[in-house]
Amino acid sequence: MGLLDQEFTEGNIVITKTEDLFNWARLSSLWQVGFGLACCAIEMMATSASHYDFDRFGVIPRPSPRQSDVIIISGTVTLKMAIRVKRLYEQMPDPKYVISMGSCANCGGPYWEHGYHVLKGVDRVIPVDVYVPGCPPRPEALLEGLLKLQEKIKNESIVKKSA
Amino acid sequence: MKSPEEIFNFLKEKFGNSVIELKTDKPVDPYIIVDPIEVDKICLLLRDHSELQFDSLMNLSGIDDANGDKVKDENGLESIKGGTLSVYYNIESTSIKHKLTLRVSTNREKPEVVTVTEVWKSADWHEREAYDMYGIVFLNHPDLRRILMPYDWEFGYPLRKDYKNPEFYRGMKVPY
Repeated sequence: MGLLDQEFTEGNIVITKTEDLFNWARLSSLWQVGFGLACCAIEMMATSASHYDFDRFGVIPRPSPRQSDVIIISGTVTLKMAIRVKRLYEQMPDPKYVISMGSCANCGGPYWEHGYHVLKGVDRVIPVDVYVPGCPPRPEALLEGLLKLQEKIKNESIVKKSA
Repeated sequence: MKSPEEIFNFLKEKFGNSVIELKTDKPVDPYIIVDPIEVDKICLLLRDHSELQFDSLMNLSGIDDANGDKVKDENGLESIKGGTLSVYYNIESTSIKHKLTLRVSTNREKPEVVTVTEVWKSADWHEREAYDMYGIVFLNHPDLRRILMPYDWEFGYPLRKDYKNPEFYRGMKVPY
């Protein structure tokens, strides 16, 4: 983590790099947009609820994209919805992150061939940081995806975003 | 309770040539074919007659019969000319406990059916869906817009058998 591994000389001073501090702050309270699309959203809600408890990683659903850090695309992105998803993403302040959850959001899933209404992967409209496979992914898989995102943020540089 | 035969004979007496045929082919339930321009009046009678009381529209669905001629254009793209599109009405009487299926067929080039929203309010969104997926126009419908596809979708009606999906929609690539 890099925040608390430095020597304490005075009792109330912690020494660290700004980069590490920023990254630590960012990854420790990722607020997600309160937004779900399909059956994956049910698993996402289960992950937020007490049994799997997303909140222990600092993830809480925020009902406004303007105060969120991460958007979990949890489900089938239809062409009609893709326009809205893109707008939500654009309304989020930087730095912002995207987790694509489940086969539909990753690549179209079961609709890949005959889904006349489905966008074949949300990465066609917004940049994705972490792909979580599964149909739908279990809460453990989504948690793993979040940990991967935290790992990614941990190694970010202040000068340029790694995504 | 009335059997489809009894209902058919009753309607035939009332509406004459607008009630076209009773189909009793197995294994599907018997259904009555009626005229798409008179269907609202027939439905109103079915709802209001004291011995019928069809008070619930369980389902309304569009069908592409695909019974026209397959034509290939110069690019080798196949489309269907002629033939019919159909609408099926599954209605039920919750008090008398009997059910009935109605069918109307309309020509594919200018598909027009009179709306039954005045008879059953629930027909509103069902008819919008049939319009959205098959392009069947419901005459006198209060709000005939697309319901599932985007409002600006201009690439046709996706559940028609000769439908071709576009390459791009609003800059987004559609095929895999």
